[in-house]
Amino acid sequence: MTVLLWGALPYVALALLVAGLVWRYRYDKYGWTTRSSQVYESRLLNIASPVFHYGILFVLAGHLVGLFVPVSWTETFGVDEHAYHLMSLYGGTAAGVLTVAGVGLLVYRRRTRAPVFRATTANDKAMYLLLLGAIVLGMVAKLTHTGGNGYDYRSTIAPWARGLFTLRPETGLMTGVPVLYQAHAVVGMVLIAFVPYSRLVHMFSAPVQYLFRPYVVYRTRDPRRLGPRPERRGWERLGG
Amino acid sequence: MRPMAQIAMVMNLDKCIGCHTCSVTCKQAWTNRRGMEYVWFNNVETRPGQGYPRRYEDQEKWRGGWELNRRGALTLKAGGRFRKLAGIFSNPRLPEIKDYYEPWTYEYRNLTDAPLGDDYPVARPVSSITGEPMKIEWSSNWDDNLGGAPAYGDLDPMVERLRQEASDKVRFAYEQTFMFYLPRICEHCLNPSCVASCPSGAMYKRAEDGIVLVDQDHCRGWRMCVTGCPYKKVYFNHATGKAEKCTLCYPRIEVGLPTVCSETCVGRLRYLGVLLYDADKVTAAASVPDDKDLYEAQLGVFLDPDDPKVLRACEDAGIPREWTEAARRSPVHALVSRYRVALPLHPEYRTMPMVWYIPPLSPVVDALSATGHDGEDAGNLFGAIDTLRIPLEYLAEMFTAGDTGPVRASLEKLAAMRSHMRALNLGETPDPETASAAGMRPADIEALYRLLAIAKYEERYVIPTAAVGDARRLEESAVPAGCSLDHPGGPGMGGDGPFGRDSGRRRLPLVSVENFHLLRRRQTSDDAEEA
Repeated sequence: MTVLLWGALPYVALALLVAGLVWRYRYDKYGWTTRSSQVYESRLLNIASPVFHYGILFVLAGHLVGLFVPVSWTETFGVDEHAYHLMSLYGGTAAGVLTVAGVGLLVYRRRTRAPVFRATTANDKAMYLLLLGAIVLGMVAKLTHTGGNGYDYRSTIAPWARGLFTLRPETGLMTGVPVLYQAHAVVGMVLIAFVPYSRLVHMFSAPVQYLFRPYVVYRTRDPRRLGPRPERRGWERLGG
Repeated sequence: MRPMAQIAMVMNLDKCIGCHTCSVTCKQAWTNRRGMEYVWFNNVETRPGQGYPRRYEDQEKWRGGWELNRRGALTLKAGGRFRKLAGIFSNPRLPEIKDYYEPWTYEYRNLTDAPLGDDYPVARPVSSITGEPMKIEWSSNWDDNLGGAPAYGDLDPMVERLRQEASDKVRFAYEQTFMFYLPRICEHCLNPSCVASCPSGAMYKRAEDGIVLVDQDHCRGWRMCVTGCPYKKVYFNHATGKAEKCTLCYPRIEVGLPTVCSETCVGRLRYLGVLLYDADKVTAAASVPDDKDLYEAQLGVFLDPDDPKVLRACEDAGIPREWTEAARRSPVHALVSRYRVALPLHPEYRTMPMVWYIPPLSPVVDALSATGHDGEDAGNLFGAIDTLRIPLEYLAEMFTAGDTGPVRASLEKLAAMRSHMRALNLGETPDPETASAAGMRPADIEALYRLLAIAKYEERYVIPTAAVGDARRLEESAVPAGCSLDHPGGPGMGGDGPFGRDSGRRRLPLVSVENFHLLRRRQTSDDAEEA
């Protein structure tokens, strides 16, 4: 079980993420969108969406720091364990509260505004369940271990996570971790695997290139592609 | 000089009767799909009126188009690159569907399936957005023909602005009011703010013909283009989550056919043709400090296709000869640059729009005749232009950022044309003063008359094909490369083969006898020689 959860599941999730992205990019570019519902309802979204998105970006940054910055690095910068704990507790909780408030308002809007609810697919519902599950579990895990310096995940979960990327996962490190943290990690990995198959895929099209391109885009016709589109395999005309 | 070609349109508002045929045929061709119920790539508005979407011209609210920043440089009114990315999670300036109108259908099934009862079954309106029964309160044409103008007319942003300057000019009382129709499509601007707003780079302007399109595979649904377009002619497909817009019917334009809205226009008021312009001058022209100079600045961007220097530059830039030839015969070039009767719609948005309008004169003639004066006498007409029921100031707000000069000049030319041509038709000698008062020669007037009043199909639409060098191949590509009977065992094979009757002989290449343009010329020309 330990090996399955902490040795196999992370790689399965990562493989599903990468394969899903490649598949989506090749076969479903047309479906790759934010599927915004703002034209149905704008007032609530204008508050909820930025709150949620900025919140989750902070949460993401927090996870990256927590998991991939070793204790030795922070100590060389003179940040001791207690200071780190306070930073992670207050910063993390603030980001978490922002995120939960945002996603809560978004779900409320989705349920109560008829056009938005009508445009909600089963995939969206599963996505919301996973997303909310991951966020709430993470918050609960953090807030139930606040005594002293809190639960020191930087000596267990973080080395395990780094080990995954050096292809030497130390699954043993995860056995002593509190159940809430374990549950949060499992739901998080499922969520990562689910990203390319849901509307969350839009996070991978963050339009950073907008900062660097000229304002007006010109395109020239491809001289090799005049006339009708070449027939695709399986769609040839009969008797040709 | 960096010459580029653009397919542009001119609409003669004098002739628009507001029949909405263009809107309906466009809808049938392009937007009769789920997710696009509320979308009209072409719509016809009654002015004064709020337009579609409601009050789209109020840029203080919607923030469309460009503006000059403190340093006098051109910036997007809705905010630059960093502001766009920082605010990408929601777009507070995005019109909701209700700003256009909530689309609906009727419960027709109820008419046949209702159980037997005392009451007559009715088909209730049902919203296409929520699926619930709804009360119809607005549509794309709710204020058609000034419907509700006494109560709502002041909501027209142009009327609002006029009220501050000349409060008595616009009246909505019956018998004192005025109206005209304004058909609108995408402007396919030279300096498109929708393209500049797109974070994904999915929107682009085609280098060959200037048509502005959305790449559906790269659009990620950030919705900035909808805000960026001051004419609100980019729409959000709420079923697919992607932006869509008027394509200027590019599949038709590419083979030399006019757009669907032009082809089906009952009043024959649309003109399509090539304009050559200098791409290097666009930014400078769009950033002239005074809004009222934008019309002249845009005229300065266009190139004269009769100038040999321009032609040489076009050749160097790889613009095919058929295109420069079409630019010389272009009705759009004639109306915009040569006769200067067409004006751009809202040049103050600084997008350099490429669908231009000839302002309406017709109500003047009727109004003058009704007062017992000779409605087509030049003197009467010129005098009446300043006291038009359609106030010059209103037209100027629409077409020249408030400068009445160009509007008056255009209307005077139209008035001179009426007077001059009436004299000709009655067998009188036209007074040359009439023409020169409007700054034209009699020959110009007659040419303008031919273009505006006779309006031959071939003269209204001068559209070069997309790939001149490959035109023949394009036409032939509709014909299969081989004979459809030439499959093994088919009748075409009839005994032919290495040892059969035609053994060793090559089949003739298959070429259609009459190509598309020959056929069209034959079908549409008036006399035998032309064909």
